[in-house]
Amino acid sequence: MTIPTPVSTTGFWAAAAMIAAIVLCSTAGEVLTAAAMKSVGDLDEIRAHSGLKGAIRAVLTCPLFFAGVGFLALAFFSLLFALNHLNLSLVAPASASLTLVTNAIAGKIFLKENVDRRRWTAAVLVCVGVYLLAH
Amino acid sequence: MAHERLLPRQYLILALVAICAPLGDSCLSRGMTSLPAISVAHPATLIAAVFTPWIAFGIALLIGFFASYLTALSWADLTFVLPATAFGNVIVALLARFWLQEPISLERWAGIVLITLGVSFVAQGPSLTERPAIERPATESLASEVQSLANAAEPAAQVAEEQPR
Repeated sequence: MTIPTPVSTTGFWAAAAMIAAIVLCSTAGEVLTAAAMKSVGDLDEIRAHSGLKGAIRAVLTCPLFFAGVGFLALAFFSLLFALNHLNLSLVAPASASLTLVTNAIAGKIFLKENVDRRRWTAAVLVCVGVYLLAH
Repeated sequence: MAHERLLPRQYLILALVAICAPLGDSCLSRGMTSLPAISVAHPATLIAAVFTPWIAFGIALLIGFFASYLTALSWADLTFVLPATAFGNVIVALLARFWLQEPISLERWAGIVLITLGVSFVAQGPSLTERPAIERPATESLASEVQSLANAAEPAAQVAEEQPR
């Protein structure tokens, strides 16, 4: 895959580093948020027993949730920084599609999810599809 | 507990995740492009922008997305939720084609086909990884077995006590 030169002043490695920062922060945020929600339990059941306030309290009292949101905020600011130097047509599809693959890897390693052949195929198909759609 | 089949309300949550995120982004984009250029020197104008209709609607949709996303992650795997909800991109592309009459290139049609295939792949599988039941410590299971044997023997002992009378 050849990455087009986005802006003459930004080199290839600088562009790759900016996209990598978005992808890594986003993956860390998604994995931490997913781990937080698994530790909280089924929100539908919590809401049925304790109401909406109980469900909100369950989420807001989980420290992992705030760690996840913190990384997602970092990913957002990394995106803003990258957009200041690179074209949207490069940053948006590249980060969105790469995040799908890194999430599949992180989900298998850190969340111990069963990422079987079906899920790998889906992640790769959606990754290429998102790139083509957003490019 | 593995959810082989999702409930209708769970499909609804996934649909909300898929639709709210791209629609919210589109509303924010529409709202921000209709505003005059905002300078970094005047950040207060960004706060005023929040109260314009398109941006306020976009923020409401994104709040809805985040709430639905957290709910989905509480009963499904991350590696299930992310590909399954990528179908929202297809919905937005089709809306752009048939509602806004925007042209879609061959590359984008290929992207739509690939995402649809990917979503159909992941939707056929289980939504949650099955975890083995937590094993009880050997001493605890031994104690419970002894207790159940004692419970079973109790009526027999009572009968034996009653027989001499």
